[in-house]
Amino acid sequence: MTKDQNKAIIPMIEVHNINKAFPGVQALDNVSVKFMPGEVHAVVGENGAGKSTLMKIMAGAYKPDSGDIFFQGEEIQLNHPVQAQDLGVAIIYQEFNLLPERTVAQNIFLGREPSKLGVISPPQLNKQTEDVLEDLGVENMINPTALVSTLSVAEQQLVEIAKAVSLNAKVLIMDEPTASLTNTEVNLLFDLVATLKNKGLAVIFISHRLSEVFGIADSITVLKDGQIVGTKDISNVNTEDVVYMMVGRTLDHYFPPLGTEEDFGEIILRVKDGANDFLSNINLDLRKGEILGIAGLQGSGRTELAQALFGAVPFSSGEIELMGKTIAIKNPYSAIRRKMGFVTEDRKSEGLALMQPIRDNMLLAIRSLQNLFSFIHPDGIRASRSMVPDLGEQVDVRVESYGNQAQDLSGGNQQKVVLSKWLASGAEVFLFDEPTRGIDVEAKARIHDIIRGLTKSGVAVLMVSSELPEIIGMSDRILVMHEGTIGGELPPASSEADIMLVATGQQNGNGKAKSAANDGGIK
Amino acid sequence: MSVEVIAEGKDKRVRSNFLKKIPQVYYFLVIVLAGGLILDQFFASGNILSNPTILRNILVRSVALGIVAVGQTFVMIGASIDLSVAYTISLTSVMASLIMQGDPARVPMALGIVLLVGVAVGFINGLLVTKLNVNAFIATLGTGLIIKGVLNGMFSSGSMGSVPKGFQTLGYGSIGPVPYSIILLLAVVLIGWFILSWTKFGSHLYGVGGDILIGRLSGLRTSRVLIIAHIISSLTAVLAGLFIVSRLGAGAPWVGPDGVYDLESVATTVIGGTALSGGRGGVFGTIAGVMIFGVIDTVFNQLGVDTYLKMVIRGAIIILAVASYSVRSKREAA
Repeated sequence: MTKDQNKAIIPMIEVHNINKAFPGVQALDNVSVKFMPGEVHAVVGENGAGKSTLMKIMAGAYKPDSGDIFFQGEEIQLNHPVQAQDLGVAIIYQEFNLLPERTVAQNIFLGREPSKLGVISPPQLNKQTEDVLEDLGVENMINPTALVSTLSVAEQQLVEIAKAVSLNAKVLIMDEPTASLTNTEVNLLFDLVATLKNKGLAVIFISHRLSEVFGIADSITVLKDGQIVGTKDISNVNTEDVVYMMVGRTLDHYFPPLGTEEDFGEIILRVKDGANDFLSNINLDLRKGEILGIAGLQGSGRTELAQALFGAVPFSSGEIELMGKTIAIKNPYSAIRRKMGFVTEDRKSEGLALMQPIRDNMLLAIRSLQNLFSFIHPDGIRASRSMVPDLGEQVDVRVESYGNQAQDLSGGNQQKVVLSKWLASGAEVFLFDEPTRGIDVEAKARIHDIIRGLTKSGVAVLMVSSELPEIIGMSDRILVMHEGTIGGELPPASSEADIMLVATGQQNGNGKAKSAANDGGIK
Repeated sequence: MSVEVIAEGKDKRVRSNFLKKIPQVYYFLVIVLAGGLILDQFFASGNILSNPTILRNILVRSVALGIVAVGQTFVMIGASIDLSVAYTISLTSVMASLIMQGDPARVPMALGIVLLVGVAVGFINGLLVTKLNVNAFIATLGTGLIIKGVLNGMFSSGSMGSVPKGFQTLGYGSIGPVPYSIILLLAVVLIGWFILSWTKFGSHLYGVGGDILIGRLSGLRTSRVLIIAHIISSLTAVLAGLFIVSRLGAGAPWVGPDGVYDLESVATTVIGGTALSGGRGGVFGTIAGVMIFGVIDTVFNQLGVDTYLKMVIRGAIIILAVASYSVRSKREAA
């Protein structure tokens, strides 16, 4: 598939016909890519396209179901990340693998400390670290004896890169390395990547930000739904081509019909100039009976917006109006009391108490509203339990017994339990963050029906999703986030390409929608 | 009403590198000493903390706890815990005096056997924690209870033997004004510091405790590291037991639990800044924690204050110390 001009050079690492399936999803489908030495190779694709799975396979964190991996022309079997690391494949995840309470030097040489008979000389350790940092030209930015917890994200990333270099890495995989960097820091990173490239490393760069990809990469591979769409020389393509490659797909799933004018009621939630550390200049309106879709790239502030509305990470300035009254939402409790519900992205850690019975999970939100010392439900425990079967029916959750632990349920059924928790609390505003992530197709469709059903009963829904088909299929209006603010508002049934162009900062939506968003939305 | 704007002024106080390296617990130690001095002036006309004998006693009384707490620091840095130390101390004291039977010639054999027993206890604790994946709290509680049962069943009555006079110099002898016991404690602390800061094992222990996954990804042999930490902890308990039996002249099953060495070693380690979650801390902090307990004990004992008040003060200090650490780390995270 690769059209390399210089076939004489052996690829640094090559994957061939890789297949990998997870329960319910084929993450990689017959994927073959070559990564050349001295080349920055960008791998792009939407969330769930299989980028991370591919990287983890090359780093030895996952084993492919079938297919071969070649390192410098020789076939290898990777059974453990340490093995890949020893070969020279380093990976820098978005979550850094650093010990915050240890120094830069101690982190870089963890497990490989220079020593005699088990005794380390800290001065020598620091000297060697200094050498590695000097090699990268960052010795003035990072002190080997500084605690990692005192470093900024960008500096910690440099430490990770230094660690990779000190391991003699020949392949450096970076997962969204610019997601939390400022512009200056991104430039510094790119200089560093250029240095590494000149040293002959194969740099693999996963990113959502196409403008950056075009600034740094030599070639680009586009993944979609676990398959390679194509590998191109960067000079042969432009942003529009890549966006088209990323999204050009057929809808494999039918959504319930969008809402109609009769469904939409008055404005129930309005945000004026909301801002906090992650967000700025947020203005939006949410009407009863509508689904407002929030799209945007990873790190654009999608999730942060939902968290701010729910008070998990509240706005530090600006106003929130609920049913015409200005209110302060400082924590989730105040949001729940005002009849807001939040179905989180990470239902396992934030949405469900996995070890507790399904029944108690369903009643969690309503119980939090009651006086701490009153009976668990005004009608007593027995009566509150009688609510449970009703709730279960409403969300169509399939369980053997409501006394079973929530962790025994499938992903789809767990999500239904989270939903029922907020139904029980009588929420009037539902915030969804990735409502169908990791759920099989059938359960997805069911959850989409339930969400639409909610709006029919007058509930207002704000739905954050990284899956563009879901945004397009479900939203009555679409707000696209870009760099912590609302990049533009798009009408229902906009195309994926339209959304991606706003999300990547190529376009600010259409002029009308942009001003409408700034005025506070649709009248 | 509008949502308040919270100024996010980042705390950028500049502290010199040197001051940063001093474990925070030393501020507490200074406060406790100052408090002790004031109480001393008002209620004992300065006869407690300016009296060299009493000052020395503070140190001597802290020796056993100090030694165990150094071992506890090792396991806690590895994100584990050792609650069996109190019974290991009892076991050591009983075995040592039974084997020695007052005969100086049997001292080396006794030392060899109790040290081997210490290694065995630590090894078993380590295996339970790493290979059987038993939570360290439960595993070491279990081994502790087993040792307690064996001790009580076999030695609740009858002669426990005794240690020879020569062996008692460890507890009572001194070089000039410096008691052997303080030299022993100092040696244990220095060795502990050296192992933690200057050896691969120390570095790996911080790695395993800080994040066991990162440790694995860095190629550390995480189980081996934790097992060694548990052996070190048990060995310090054996040392403490030997020190105690040299002071008492004969062993007894109750010496460990009576000294509450399990919970007090955990408490002083935590006060010293070692995180219960592992990956952070060191022996110098722990020793300051031990000193704080020692000063409070001595001052209050000399003043004849109700022992219950002493407990209240200790409890308050544990809470204050840990709260101050978590407030600090929150500020750093912000």
